[in-house]
Amino acid sequence: MERYRFLMSGSGGQGVITMAIILAEAAVIYEGRTAIQSQSYGPEARGGATRSDVIVADGPIFFPKVLHPNCLVALTSEASNKYLHLIRPGGLFLYDSDLVQFDVRVDMRRKGLPMHRAVMETLGKPQTFNICVLGALAVLTEAVTLESLEKVLMTRFAEVHHKNNRTALQLGADMAAALVEN
Amino acid sequence: MSAATTGKTPGKKAAVQAAEPEIRFVQGNEACVRGALYAGLKFFAGYPITPSTEIAEHLAELLPRKGGVFIQMEDEIASMCAVCGASLAGSKAMTATSGPGFSLKQEAIGYACMAEIPCVIVNVQRGGPSTGLPTKVAQGDVMQARWGTHGDHSIVVLTASSVQDIFEITVEGFNIAETYRTPVILLFDEVVGHMREKLVVPKQGELHVADRLYTEVKPGVNYHPYLPREDGRLPSSDFGGVHRYNVTGLFHDIFGFPTEHPDQVSKLIYHLVDKIENRAHLLARWKEYYLEDAEHVILSYGSPARSARHLVENRRSKGDRVGLIELQTIWPFPAQLVREKTAHAKNIFVAEMNMGQVTTLVKQAVVNPNRVFLVNRVDGVMLNPQDIGRVMRTIEGRGF
Repeated sequence: MERYRFLMSGSGGQGVITMAIILAEAAVIYEGRTAIQSQSYGPEARGGATRSDVIVADGPIFFPKVLHPNCLVALTSEASNKYLHLIRPGGLFLYDSDLVQFDVRVDMRRKGLPMHRAVMETLGKPQTFNICVLGALAVLTEAVTLESLEKVLMTRFAEVHHKNNRTALQLGADMAAALVEN
Repeated sequence: MSAATTGKTPGKKAAVQAAEPEIRFVQGNEACVRGALYAGLKFFAGYPITPSTEIAEHLAELLPRKGGVFIQMEDEIASMCAVCGASLAGSKAMTATSGPGFSLKQEAIGYACMAEIPCVIVNVQRGGPSTGLPTKVAQGDVMQARWGTHGDHSIVVLTASSVQDIFEITVEGFNIAETYRTPVILLFDEVVGHMREKLVVPKQGELHVADRLYTEVKPGVNYHPYLPREDGRLPSSDFGGVHRYNVTGLFHDIFGFPTEHPDQVSKLIYHLVDKIENRAHLLARWKEYYLEDAEHVILSYGSPARSARHLVENRRSKGDRVGLIELQTIWPFPAQLVREKTAHAKNIFVAEMNMGQVTTLVKQAVVNPNRVFLVNRVDGVMLNPQDIGRVMRTIEGRGF
């Protein structure tokens, strides 16, 4: 398996770090892989640019940070402007097509999906936006399976959230699958 | 507030119910908590501060469940004093802090040295001096951990570079504190403290857990709290228990009462220093990779040791004779070990995130101090493998 170097970015409160933890935990606990998650953050609790790095591999991981991602996730334009130049040639760029505008010419596989809109239309609340992104990410990268992600969601969150989390995860997965088929 | 109470922050819930072995995906700070509980922690007093906050946060939840006591104190000074008191009364005790909080604890750490109170102080290092860089990484407290409290004394300082190592070194820290009745500083850094990776929690009994040595003196018989045995160890009696005795930060006699008698003063200071320095070889913990034929040796500790390992593995795969020694005991500084392990190296690179605190020690330890080079980064960003590679390239005469 290739070594996945995820750089996930967005605005504070969008669930970027939560999303990174769930992905890495799914890889370690349910798929027996090696993964490291780290984050950089400032003193603010909401707003501001948030970044979390996740490396998933079959062998040991020593340096825990991602200098150049082969999979970049951006949920705001600010995040995309800040990190897009770091992406490895040919890397995957997953972004929310409504929230992110960018004007950079880089050799990459760009995958824009209206994930935020889809979550709002289906569930009416933005809280599971990050879970929807995870669903899309799992299908686009195959770094972890949807089943492993779902297992983490079931253990990490209270039962009252299970239904919406499942819906959001599947929503992201279906959108990404449609994109792959086209 | 709602986000916190609806359980949306991962890490707060007990995550995995995997049967055997228990595998968790946790931050270094949580691994420290799990290690402390494994070692038998019964008392924690602290004042949460970034980047050590998660230690207090997790213990607030877990320690009372294990029958222990968690107190959030009014400040760091009071927390350290409470830790001294709890330990004297017989509990394994710990506090955790960062940055300016570590400065505030220094006076009571000195008290613990003088009164020979076993305790563990965690310092998850951030940028300084002063409030510095609260959320960013640094390793600028190496000398403060050793000399932060005034007066001649010795102290034990341990560090770690992975979540698994943090667990194990925390258990080790308690063992050393209890065995030698000394404060032990666990000097972690923001990167390892906040990083999440796999933790395999050892089964109870798998790792050695040392308990305090107690006196065999019967109740009602004179107990000398500060009369070391021949091996230098002091048998304890829980303060407030069956023996009455005095504890003071002043120089004291075998009863614990103040003295200024030169013989007794001298005897005590030699005892405090010797009980640790004479055991430097026993207290040394380290890891080494490819040292046998290494022309270039990197010495590192804490999170930069991960970058060093990354670089060493890469260069070894290309046939370069590069090796790594990762120190886990910083104080007492294992000078003899460093001298022996680097004896055949052409160049020694010390990778650390400060202005050369351990580099100075390495220069003092090795045969040729002119071949010791500092590779550092002090901008709040983790030292990366390329940073180390560039300095090595320059020294090897291969350009920048």
